[in-house]
This record gives sequence, C-alpha cells and structure tokens, in this order.
Amino acid sequence: MPNMAKDLDEGVASASEVLSGGFCTSGSPPPQLPTTVIEPSRGWVPLKLNQLWEYREVLYFLVWRDIKVRYRQTLIGVTWAIIQPFMTMVVFSVFFGRLAKMPSDDIPYPLFAFAALVPWTFFANGLTLSANSLVHSGHLITKVYFPRLLVPTARVLTGLPDFVVSFLVLLGMIWWYGLLQSRPALVWLPALALLAFVTALGVGLWLSALNVQYRDIQHAVPFAVQLWLFATPIAYPSSLLPGSWRTVYGLNPMVGVVEGFRWTLLGRGSAPGPMLAASALAALVILVTGAFFFRRVERTFADVV
Amino acid sequence: MTDIAVRVDNLGKRYRIGTRRQDDQPLLREVLSSLAATSFRKLTGVARRFWTRYTSGAGPVPPDPNDLWALRHLSFEVPRGQIIGIIGPNGAGKSTLLKILSRITEPTEGRVELKGRVGSLLEVGTGFHPELTGRENIYLSAALLGMRKADIDRNLDEIIAFSEIEKFVDTPVKHYSSGMYVRLAFSVAAHLEPEILIVDEVLAVGDAAFQRKCLNKMEDVKQHGRTILFVSHNMQPIARLCQRAILISGGAILKDGPAVDVASAYLATSLSTNAEQAWPHPSTAPGDHVARLRRLRVHDETGNTTETIDIRQPIGIEMTYDVLDSGHLLWPLLIFYDGTGLCLFATLELAPEWRGRPRPAGRYVSTAWIPGNQLAAGVVLVDAALKSDPPPRTHFLERQAAAFHIVDTPDGNSARGDWVGDVPGVVRPLLTWNITYHGQVKPGEEPQDGWPSRLRD
Repeated sequence: MPNMAKDLDEGVASASEVLSGGFCTSGSPPPQLPTTVIEPSRGWVPLKLNQLWEYREVLYFLVWRDIKVRYRQTLIGVTWAIIQPFMTMVVFSVFFGRLAKMPSDDIPYPLFAFAALVPWTFFANGLTLSANSLVHSGHLITKVYFPRLLVPTARVLTGLPDFVVSFLVLLGMIWWYGLLQSRPALVWLPALALLAFVTALGVGLWLSALNVQYRDIQHAVPFAVQLWLFATPIAYPSSLLPGSWRTVYGLNPMVGVVEGFRWTLLGRGSAPGPMLAASALAALVILVTGAFFFRRVERTFADVV
Repeated sequence: MTDIAVRVDNLGKRYRIGTRRQDDQPLLREVLSSLAATSFRKLTGVARRFWTRYTSGAGPVPPDPNDLWALRHLSFEVPRGQIIGIIGPNGAGKSTLLKILSRITEPTEGRVELKGRVGSLLEVGTGFHPELTGRENIYLSAALLGMRKADIDRNLDEIIAFSEIEKFVDTPVKHYSSGMYVRLAFSVAAHLEPEILIVDEVLAVGDAAFQRKCLNKMEDVKQHGRTILFVSHNMQPIARLCQRAILISGGAILKDGPAVDVASAYLATSLSTNAEQAWPHPSTAPGDHVARLRRLRVHDETGNTTETIDIRQPIGIEMTYDVLDSGHLLWPLLIFYDGTGLCLFATLELAPEWRGRPRPAGRYVSTAWIPGNQLAAGVVLVDAALKSDPPPRTHFLERQAAAFHIVDTPDGNSARGDWVGDVPGVVRPLLTWNITYHGQVKPGEEPQDGWPSRLRD
C-alpha cells in the first residue's frame, strides 16, 4: 500500500519536475550566491561599468551576430564595405577634384578624399546603426535583461571589419600612388580610429536613447549625417579655413579624425595639435554625457520601445 | 525553510492610461516649436518640463486620474527550491511582475531581492536570429540567457543531441519547421543553470514526446534547490507543475497557498456565473423565435440550489426553457467542462414520452441527474444548448451558463477511500474491486491459483 501510494503521488508530481529538474545539467548551487536588488531608480544613475565588463560575452555575441548576418544572402558580400566609400570617392573626385578644382593639400585628389572617407564611413555607418539599434532590438529589450548600453556599442563595433577592409584598400591606393612609406606618425592611427569610434558611440548613445521615445530621430539621422559630411573636411581641406578658426572647427570630433588620418598616412594636413585636442575633448564630452543620459532614460525603454 | 530566494516587498508599477507616452510629457515637436516661439520664458519652461518628465520616469508624481497601477503593494517571499505559480486573469499584472523580476522594466516603488543568478524565459527562442544556423543560435541565445561561452562550448554537443535536430544544426533556422525551432529553443533553455528561473507560460508549449523527454532528463539529474516562478493564466499547468500559487488580480495578491486551492479560488472568482442563472426578460434571454433559455440551476437531491456538492451525491442540472413556436423536434443538451477547459461529456435530453414528438409551445423544465461518485473533484462548468433537427439548427448555446464545485470527502467512503493524496483524472467512479488473498508465495514456486489461465503457461 505505501508503495502504491508513492507511485500515485509520483504520477502526479513527476510533471512538476519537468521544470524543477529539466533546466539544469549538473552541480550543486555555489555556496556564495549573488544577490540582486531591484529598486526604482531616480535621476542620474551610475554607469555600472563593472556590469558591462561582466556582460562582455553578450557584447561579443551581439557583434558576432551582426557581422555574421550582415552579408548573408548577398552576392558580393564584404565588397559592399569597399563600394560605399570608393564610389563616394569617385564622385567627389569628378565633381570636387576635376570640375571644381578643389585644393587637396598637394595630394592626388582621389587619395585625399579616400583617406578621409574610410574613417568617415566607419563613423557614419556606426552612428546610423547605433541610432536605430534600440528600436530594432525591441524584441530583445522586452524579453531579456542585459545592460542596454551594449546594444548601441555592439552596432558601432559591427562596422570594424568593414573599416579594416576599406583601410586595406586605402593602403593599396597609397601604394598605387607611390606614397607608401613607413612613418613614425602611424602610431597615431589606432588612437584616431578610437576617436572615430568614441564619437560614433557618443552620438549613437544620445540618438538611440532619444529614438526609443521619439521616432523622429530615425528620419533625421540620414539627413544629419549628410550635413555632417560637409561640415567635415572630406571633400575639401581644413586649410581653407583661417588658422584661428581651426581649433573651433576641431570641436567637430570628425575634423580631428579626418585630418589626423591624412596627416599620419600621407604626411599632409595639420599635425596633432589644438585642433585634435579639441576634437578629442568634444568626443569625450559627447560620450560621457551620452552614456549618462542613456542610463537615465534607460528605465523607460522596455515600456516604450 | 528559512532560506528565501525571492523577496518581493511592497512592489508597485505605474503606467499611464491611454498612451504609452506619458501624457504630460511634451512632444519633441512642441519643444522644437517652442524654440521658434518669441517668449524665452516659455521656451525654458517647456524645456525644463520636457527634461524632468522625460528623464525621471520613476519619480514621485502627484496622484493623477490617468495613473494605472499595474501592480501595487505586492509582497511575497519564495523559499529556495519552491516552484511557485503566479496566476490571474489577463491584465492582472502577471506580465508586469515577470518583467520587473527579470529586470526588463523598473518598478515604480518597492523592492525585490533575488538570491542567486536569475534566468528568465519569457519567449521561445530568446534572441534567435532567422539568418543564423541552429548552432550559431545556440551560442547567441544561451549567451543572452546568461550562459558563459565556456559553458556553452562544454554543453554544445549535449544541447544539439537533446534537441534531436543534429542534421539541421548547420541550417539557418529560418528554414526550420516551428516544431524544430521550439525543440532547439527548449534544448537551450533546458541547459541553463540559474538558481532562480522565471518562466512565462509560452514555455508550456511543445509536443508531448519532447516534453516526455524533458521529464526523463529531469529524472536523470534530480537537481534540487532550484527556485522557479511560473506564470500562467491557464490553470492546468499550474496545478500540475507547482506546489504553491499566488493569485494576482488588479495588481494585488488575492490568494496565496497550495496551487490546487488557489487555482480553484481563481476559477471561483473569475467565473461570472454561479450555480444558478436566470433570464427574467424574454426578449434578452438567449435563443430565437423557436426557443429561449430562461433558467439554468444546479441543485442537490433535495432540490436546493447549491454551488458545492459532495462527490458522493447526485447532482441535478435543471434547465428551464420556453418553446415559442410549436412543431419542432427539439434536442436540449448540456455540455460539461472542467476548470481547465477540458470537455468532460455532453448529455442530450432524453425522455421516452417526448421521443420523436414535436414540442408544443410552452414552458419546459427538464432536469438531468449526474449520479454521485462519477466526476472528479473540482470545478465543473455547464454549457446549455438547444438544437433542432431536421433541419439542423442551434437555437441557443449559452457558454458557462452555470458552474459548481465538486468536493471530495476524507470520510473514507468515496472513491479515494482513506487515501489523502492527489487523485488524477477527470472522473472518479467508485468501482467494485474483488480482492482474494492467496497466502504467502514462496520464491520459485509457481502460483497454482489466482492467475488467469492464459498467464499460467
């Protein structure tokens, strides 16, 4: 009788263990359990950079996913990464270089334009993607927790392979023009790429957070990027501006990036100085304010997106 | 057990009615148009309002008629290792609670403490990307659900084998059937190792064979100490899976206790119907020009209307209907469901004197008797219908026209005898058992009697 009773009990209880036991493979719970406290937050909240580090694998997989998916089901795949800056360079060369006879700091105009378009394309794509990132990740944001800062960050990082590929094309072009040589200034390159990344991320944080609430942003971004292109010395040299204005001009962080790229790779244009410092400072301010703003409005994302 | 895994204290979450946008928060357009306005004071006023309202979503705000508290003053504790069901009607605040516990959205007030790593399964295939292959999606989904890459590497083969889709694991999931998709998603979920698991009811889907497999896997592992919060508005899985349940309605806890009790309480409160329902006005009563339903009543042997009936007692279901048009062959019938929506049986009005006779107009009161010791304990819902044939027509079909509770007794003379545990099944007949005693059987000795002859060889 006790046995039968037990069987009867198990028949009913066993289903409950589908859940209790099913979702595990091994091990006893670790002795030190982390405690999560959930409370309403108010006003400015800390960035919790340590949490970003804790979730670095999620960032890795988000970037990995976007890179994997990016050129799936395309014919020419990663060639797209080159086409965009290259075709822009061709158009600029014809209209600004040939027809408008735009000065180009004594560099062949195509090279002049392309050296600027490579970091610009990385920046512009990163900015556009990250501005839309939260809205496009609505299905994730409403279903699983991870630090939301990772979403726009991942989108900017996704552009890195494209950047590397187009950078190699740029090196090829420099070689073609016979200007390839090793210069000590090249050590500046990673810092300049970082500056482009920081700028794209900083602006992306602001715009992605605003975009959740105000979809106006996604319509404004392509247009704003276009304007920004002409506010940056890509089709023209910054030497067109009077010297006293260049530092102010440098408050556009992409000015520092583009001029820096030309200087390190081609040896022309302005060497790192007040203008680059202004760019770096501006980029940093945008990033830090963007991150804090993002964290401040983050609490409403899941309810609004 | 004093080891508390989940502690929820005075939790509240406020939304604004009518719009997800907070009503008093200006549109960006208003801010921009105020930029063009001549009054600088107006501009700063709007900008300040914009800034404070936009950026402090959770701040204290004076009471507003547009405030909707999805949850309010919610407090409960879950001991480590308990499986707890959270039930309630749609809009009760279940999903909000789930999202707060999963850290997807922030509470407006109160506090939650979670001891241990938290995993939440709010959808099938979290993070799955259609363009990625099964293998790639395992990595992506598992990482998003909180698994370390090293753990995924270690468990990858097992996850793939468990999902039974080895052949397609390198195919993009957009080519999967929905069944394959669910298997892969379940397989990832089955290998998570959080101490606290928050599961939405969508996870209760899946084919029976695969669920059986999950069950077997559990029996292999016998892991304890896992706390599970399972949310549903469907009673069947709650009663089956959980030890304890909390009933939430209107953002507050209505009842907290053993899952089966809470599920019954929920059914009782959620039923708009009870043991008797009458339609006093002929024009609004269910039906048409041929017949209308006027009353449905559940009563005991003595004719008293009752919502609760002892499992051993017969139950009378009395249907009162008016026939308005003479000359039809009518089939009044009753359909019975249990609390989970499972159809138990249907019964057609059957009386020799009316067999094959067209009904003259007038009022009819007919009673169906369900014998005692027939149905299992629990809630029973009754649909009342009236059809005619030929030609086949339904004159009324009143869903959940009445409901009643069958309660089992511990007296020892119902079908459960002295057994106090759970008795599965939707019927609980009191059967006649024949028992003969054959003394002790010595090891190796063929039983000489008491076996059916075909088993003896």
